[in-house]
Amino acid sequence: MIYDVAVIGAGVTGASTAWRLSRYQLNTVLLERWADVGFGVSKANSGIIHAGFHHPVSTLKARLEIRGNLMFEALQHELGFPFKRTGILVVAFSEAEMATVHKLYEQGIANGVQGLEMCGRERLLQLEKKLNPEVVGGCFAPGGGTIEPYRYVFSLVESAKRNGVHLECSFEVSEAVREGDVWIIRSSGGAEVRARYVVNSAGLFADRVSRIFGAEEFTIHPRKGEEYLLDRNSAARPERVIFPVPSAHSKGVLVIPTAEGTTMIGPTSDVVEDKLDTTTSADQMQRILSHVRNLISGVSPRDLITSFAGLRPVMDNEDFYIALSEKAPAFVQAAGIQSPGLTASPAIGEYVKDLLKGAGLPLLEKVHFAVELAPRHEVRHESVASLDRLHREDPAWTHIVCRCEKISEAEIVEAVRKGHTTLDGVKFYTRAGMGRCQGGFCAVRIMKIISRETGIPMEELTKKGGNSRLAAGRLGDLPVHTAEQRGGIVA
Amino acid sequence: MTKRELICITCPLGCRLCAEWSGDFESLTITGNRCPRGSSYAERELRNPARIVTAVVRSTSAEQPWIPVRTDRELPKPLIDALLNRLYRMLVEIPVSRGDVLIENFENSKVNVIFSSTVKR
Amino acid sequence: MIQEEKYDVAVIGAGAAGLCAAAVCASAGKDTVVVDREDHPGGILRQCIHNGFGLRYFKEELTGPEYAERVAEKAERTGVRFRFGTTVISIRREADNTLCLTALSAAEGVRILRAEAVILAMGCRERNRGNLAVPGSRPAGVFTAGAAQHLLNIEGILPGKKAVIAGSGDIGLIMARRLSWAGIRVEAVVEIMPYPAGLTRNIVQCLNDFHIPLLLEHSLVNILGRERVEAVEVAPLSGGMPVTERKFRIDCDTVLFSVGLIPENELSAEVGVELNPATGGPLVDSNYETSVPGIFACGNVLHVHDLVDFVSEEAEHAAQMVLRRLDGNASGIGQSPVSVESNLKYVVPNRFLPGCDTRFAFRSLIVCDDGVLEAEQNGKILLAKRFGCVRPAEMLTLELSGSLLKESGELKFRLRKGEEK
Repeated sequence: MIYDVAVIGAGVTGASTAWRLSRYQLNTVLLERWADVGFGVSKANSGIIHAGFHHPVSTLKARLEIRGNLMFEALQHELGFPFKRTGILVVAFSEAEMATVHKLYEQGIANGVQGLEMCGRERLLQLEKKLNPEVVGGCFAPGGGTIEPYRYVFSLVESAKRNGVHLECSFEVSEAVREGDVWIIRSSGGAEVRARYVVNSAGLFADRVSRIFGAEEFTIHPRKGEEYLLDRNSAARPERVIFPVPSAHSKGVLVIPTAEGTTMIGPTSDVVEDKLDTTTSADQMQRILSHVRNLISGVSPRDLITSFAGLRPVMDNEDFYIALSEKAPAFVQAAGIQSPGLTASPAIGEYVKDLLKGAGLPLLEKVHFAVELAPRHEVRHESVASLDRLHREDPAWTHIVCRCEKISEAEIVEAVRKGHTTLDGVKFYTRAGMGRCQGGFCAVRIMKIISRETGIPMEELTKKGGNSRLAAGRLGDLPVHTAEQRGGIVA
Repeated sequence: MTKRELICITCPLGCRLCAEWSGDFESLTITGNRCPRGSSYAERELRNPARIVTAVVRSTSAEQPWIPVRTDRELPKPLIDALLNRLYRMLVEIPVSRGDVLIENFENSKVNVIFSSTVKR
Repeated sequence: MIQEEKYDVAVIGAGAAGLCAAAVCASAGKDTVVVDREDHPGGILRQCIHNGFGLRYFKEELTGPEYAERVAEKAERTGVRFRFGTTVISIRREADNTLCLTALSAAEGVRILRAEAVILAMGCRERNRGNLAVPGSRPAGVFTAGAAQHLLNIEGILPGKKAVIAGSGDIGLIMARRLSWAGIRVEAVVEIMPYPAGLTRNIVQCLNDFHIPLLLEHSLVNILGRERVEAVEVAPLSGGMPVTERKFRIDCDTVLFSVGLIPENELSAEVGVELNPATGGPLVDSNYETSVPGIFACGNVLHVHDLVDFVSEEAEHAAQMVLRRLDGNASGIGQSPVSVESNLKYVVPNRFLPGCDTRFAFRSLIVCDDGVLEAEQNGKILLAKRFGCVRPAEMLTLELSGSLLKESGELKFRLRKGEEK
């Protein structure tokens, strides 16, 4: 089978593109290196829907950000992921910082952003009671908000699949050859896919993929952002996303009321060498804590439930690079999609679609395109009456497996049946294990359900695919010889 | 003379005991204990160290595939590994009742292995 | 139509606390239900297959499952009703002062359980790597000690082959032995304090027996490995901060965290139960009643105990107070506050009724072999009791008679080191 389009990378960019293409009479394949979609850059995204004032409209990223921002209500309606237009506050603590805020405001107005408001101290404290009262002033952007980025990717891919897109996970592109007007794409695992057009949305590895296809030479620099997550009960949870005044390279350390009720603080912004380095560090945690304490009251390390790091894929010129390749035929680059890539992603999908059309891909709309996903039931959001009804359909709805986030067995089974067969896949799809105990209670129970549903033995299950095995075998597999054991470590 | 330090576990005080002896525990002296239980603990620990051993054994139960077991008294330490390796190779038919004997007089130690739990289904 | 059930007493949690409290209520003729999310009674005791339980309460040494079955049998004999596989998702207080639990189970769907009194006995959960924000990567192979215990003792699955344990809490120590007895090598136990967090007998029998090094005043400063744990880095502490120049690497594929327990009170907090930051449990008066009338608490949900025997005793005592409250023979009104001063982390209960015998439980913040616990009220020392051995790992208890506690006014406890001999 020869696909019309192969999209490489199933993060927000690739997923949006594949979803956009799924409404046309095309055969599309979505290739993902990791065990599940969104497991690269997107998984550790801050989840901010930016308001469109941080970048000048001369940049491609600002134009796509502004358009993307406006598309999220419709997307949420169709796809059902958690999204809240909380509004964004940029807060200044000195007159010098206020000068920068003024520039942002004017840039936003020039960009055509609606509803921007310059605020004095009183107005800010009215908008956000927990703000540090030493605040001088700032800017309010009601159009900003938060989403759950992985849920967004899952929804896009689920809808794309329903509309005929084929997904291949654990497919790491290692080789590409052009035969006639067809690309033959091979994976490091020995699989092969053929397609007429290719979209490079490979995130951190877009430079490598470009090289594999003989297209443009460029370098993606990973820029790390550490994030720390606070309990639902944290006193620091604000009403809106709080930004400090930005620096040249970063929008700064934020306080984010996530769409699912926790509070996230971060991210940092540091260039690293290794594209797989998602480690966190004690120094950065201290840095984040001291930054956010300056913004808001109620921040306590006692409320920490987890931490993680993501890597932004940064091009040298800091802008998005979305263009038809001038070197490789039928090859579209969608690289350098760092912040505000999540916000821009719906517009990126359209933009890439138009580039493909310009390169000769015929786009005929499908007669039957099932745009809306069936609404998902989630115990934590259901009324007692609706839980009673769900229980009659399937008793697993009232069997709670993850008590912190109130996730039922039915939700976990649904995740597994939709192909999320790793512990992290289930976690990101359902939130089971994302709460305050971080899976301490439910992880083993979830493993049992995955094992039962897939037939994979418990000891072969993984956290996130590859060699991330969760266990080492069965009791009795290792001989016991404590008599010979001796201490090995000398401090 | 042989010398060994021990921590008494008979009470939370955790006295640091010092035992000295020659040959096969001849002229054994124990110091550092704050009560007589300390010296008898040390003597037992030196002459015949033994432990209650607990483990789980595989069962035919679908509900409880592993059933907890324990020794009914302290087992001499040199026999512990052998017991565990044997337990992990067993498959137990249910039902079993708490206190039922799984292994009688393990290696002539007069120590039995009993079930710590009742499993009916 | 959602089905409703009515009880005199509803107990949340069928661990040692819930079972013992329920047995007391039911044997006094109260219609008592115990709700637990598990399919079996016993709570965490079922996975604690080691011995060391019951010496005080049953006067013989038992394993966790034996202890659990025996208290469960006792509760069954008294006529307690059980709802297993059932999770309480909310507690509500109605206008008529009855309490309503919304309970979910696969067997029965949604049930509303109404009761005159609710006893919280949900126990506690483990602190985890995320709570400590331990730096490094996020590979598979990082477990709380309790999760690894479940994997090994209930499912018969080996969590890894070579482990490092962070924290010297009792569960961590017990797991060091369990892993060794499963053929898994334990490279070290790392503890930030200058003394172990667990009991001495566990240091001896779970670490020394296997020559497992206990690294005191050391901290786990890094977890390495992208997919599965490959190693950890450990650094000595100086003035509470890791000396990173002296950090060293320990190769392993598994890290267990045994770094403390947190009473599980999210459900309690949602209904407005006031919590004590020092314990993480509810503030209770001498009837074990929380700030929400009709809601009581006992066991590890109230404060983390060292021994299950004390949990059982406290639960039975609390249940007696519940009975007296239900029968109108005890009052929460007119109680005086209780507080702790130097060297004590907390006291339970937080109020007392003058003229009544009251039992207090404490945790020390210091290690000493000659401690004096003093009770002071209105400027007078009511009682000074010597403790031969004071350890943060061990609970202290003190009973004050009603004849001593005859006046009202704040009761203050403090611990001081005794005179050097």
